[in-house]
Formats: sequence, structure tokens, C-alpha cells
Amino acid sequence: MFEHLLSLAVESIFINNILLAMFLGMCSFLGCAKNIKTATGLGLAVIFVLTITTPVNWAINNFFLKPGALAWAGYPELDLSFLVFVTFIAVIASQVQLVEMLMEKFSPGLYVSLGIFLPLIAVNCAILGTSLFMEQRGYGFVESVVFGFSSGIGWFLAIVTFSAVLQKLKYADLPKGLDGFAINMITTGLIAMAFMAFAGIKLTA
Amino acid sequence: MSIKKTQAYKVFMKPMVEANPVSVAILGICSALAITTQLIPSIVMVLAMTFVLTMSNVTISLLRHVIPKNIRIIVELVVISTLVILADQTLKAFMFDVSKQLSVFVGLIITNCIIMGRAEAFALANGPWLSMWDGLGNGLGYGYILIVVSFFRELLGAGSLFGIKVIPQALYDAGYVDMGIMLLAPGVFIVIGLLVWAQNIYTKRTQ
Repeated sequence: MFEHLLSLAVESIFINNILLAMFLGMCSFLGCAKNIKTATGLGLAVIFVLTITTPVNWAINNFFLKPGALAWAGYPELDLSFLVFVTFIAVIASQVQLVEMLMEKFSPGLYVSLGIFLPLIAVNCAILGTSLFMEQRGYGFVESVVFGFSSGIGWFLAIVTFSAVLQKLKYADLPKGLDGFAINMITTGLIAMAFMAFAGIKLTA
Repeated sequence: MSIKKTQAYKVFMKPMVEANPVSVAILGICSALAITTQLIPSIVMVLAMTFVLTMSNVTISLLRHVIPKNIRIIVELVVISTLVILADQTLKAFMFDVSKQLSVFVGLIITNCIIMGRAEAFALANGPWLSMWDGLGNGLGYGYILIVVSFFRELLGAGSLFGIKVIPQALYDAGYVDMGIMLLAPGVFIVIGLLVWAQNIYTKRTQ
């Protein structure tokens, strides 16, 4: 069991990195990477939100939405799975709001450093994407916690690496048209190529 | 001649090159990257996306005086996700193979920043007629980038277009090899980077 979870974690951090292989969360990735501090803050906030929302969405999917999930309430043949999108996004948006309020009340220090990123995260596709992958691949509860957490770590690693490269890129002398978005994409491509070297690592037999 | 002067035309044409949502405003790249390995899924994606974008712009524009300011994001998300459910169910019913290929990315239209961005920046401030044209223009501006990218990826990565081989066997016999990297993640980043470079050069020249 432990080995299985470990291999799931390694796979979602390195091999199927949510950003570099699944392309989720690109908008905030490109928008917030100019400064390493911002990038770290946003990365931490993503880890945090993913670790909470993925298991909660798992619970909602398993007890309310899946075909036959409402058997406990006396409706065994009900299938609400078409409501998955709207429920997941509502859960994510309200949880982000909740986390923001709790954080402001109980840990103002953390709120000051992460707070401004939280509203952005509600529409970050990495969050919704992780929940949708969790539903599609049929993970169990523990698996969904591990999957959410390690996807967050993967996203964090990618944005911090990218923003470190950008710091150095400032001093490079680039052709005019290539500057900005174009070179950012090519840089990301090269980082993705580096991450591809992890493909083929498998922990379980 | 007169059609070029109407405001609707201007609103429609602006997102094509000058304010393109993908290559200039850098929005909605997630799906532009993920599903462009082949032409057919990307065209289906463009249609779904344009449908959702146009309809959500019109709906939100119609509701703009009714939506309370401080909960508008949630309201917008509900409108958008309802439309996405419609698109997803239609795809599942009529084009099951393509819908399997697109997997979660149809659902991810909800968080595509182009839709939220247009709703916030345009639909909340303009009437439904102009909002419709804005939605169509942005959908197609997004679409043409997707189609160009997937054209190159499918051609260079698999040697085919629309699933039909176009590179002659003679070329393979002469030692030509498909570029496998085009089908993988790094390829698409690099293709989009080069495309934007070309577009930057082009727009500078026409100005």
C-alpha cells in the first residue's frame, strides 16, 4: 500500500507533472513568475488548496454524485454525474473563500503572504483539473489526498524553477520579437524536456 | 465598405490578431497546449469553446444589471459551467470518440481564463449584441492559434493531417523520420513560442 502511494506521488510530481505534462495552471504560471518570492507564495498556496479540495471533492463525488452514490438516502438508481463540473467548481470557489477567511482570522502572517493569491487560485485550472482527474481515474480517499498534495508539489517545483530561469534571462540579449511571451514558452519547453528525463521511473514492480 | 465601419465588426476583428486572447493577452493557454496533437480534436474543442464563450458573453451581458457586484464571480462561474455541461453532454452523445480524447479538457473550459476575462472585461459593461460579436471574435481568435499549432504538430509529429498520411512513403524510405517530440509536451511549448515570435514580427511590420 505504502509503495503504491509513493509511486503515485513520484508519478504526479515528476513524470506526469501537472504543469509541464498536463499543461494545467499555465495562466498563473506565466503571469506570476517574474519574481521568485511571488512564485514561491503562489506555489505554496496551490499546494495548500489542492490538498484540501481534492479529498473534499472526492467525498462529494462518492456520496452524492456517482451513479448509485445516493443509495444511503434511498435513491440507488439516481445518477447525478452530469453535475460534476458545476459542483466541483462551486466547491473549489467556496473553499478558497473559506480558507481565506479562516486564514485572515487565525494566522494574519500567512494571510499577508498568501492572501492575495487565493482569489486567483479559484480559477486556476490546476485545481479543477486535479479534481477531474481524480474523478476520472477513480482514486480512493487516501490516494486522492496523496494525489492532490503531490500535484501541488509538482506545480510548485515547476513555477519556482521557471522563475529562477527568468531571473537569469533578464540579462540575456534577445531578438526583439522573441522577448516576452515567446521566450517564456520556449524556456518552459526546455524545462519540460528536462522533466521528461524522469519518465520511466517506476517504484512498484 | 459600410460593414467595416460598424462597431460590431470592430469588436469582432480586434481579437483576431491585434488583441488575440492566446498570443497577445496570454489567456487560456492550458487547453491550447493539451489537445493540439491532432487536428480533429482541436477543431471540436474550438467549436465547443466558441459556443460557450459566445453564449456566456450574451447571458452575462443580459444579466449585467441584476448580478450583485460582490458575488458576480460565483454567478459567472455557474453560468459558464452550465454551458460547459451542455457542450460536454452533446459531445458525449454525438462524438463519443473525440470526447474521450479530450477527456477532462472539456470540463476545463470552465476555468479557461478567456471566458472569465471576457465576461469581466466586456460583457459586464456592454450590451448583448456587441458581447455576442466579442465572444465570437475571441473564440475564433483562440481557434485559429489552436488550429495552426495542431497543424504543425500533427504534420511534423505524425506525418499526417486529419489522421490521413500526407508525407509520402518515398520520403521515409529516403531516411526521413517523424519528430516524436512534437507529440510530447515540450514540442508544443516550442511551437507556440516560435509562432508568437512570427506574429510579433508580422504585427510590427504592419503598424
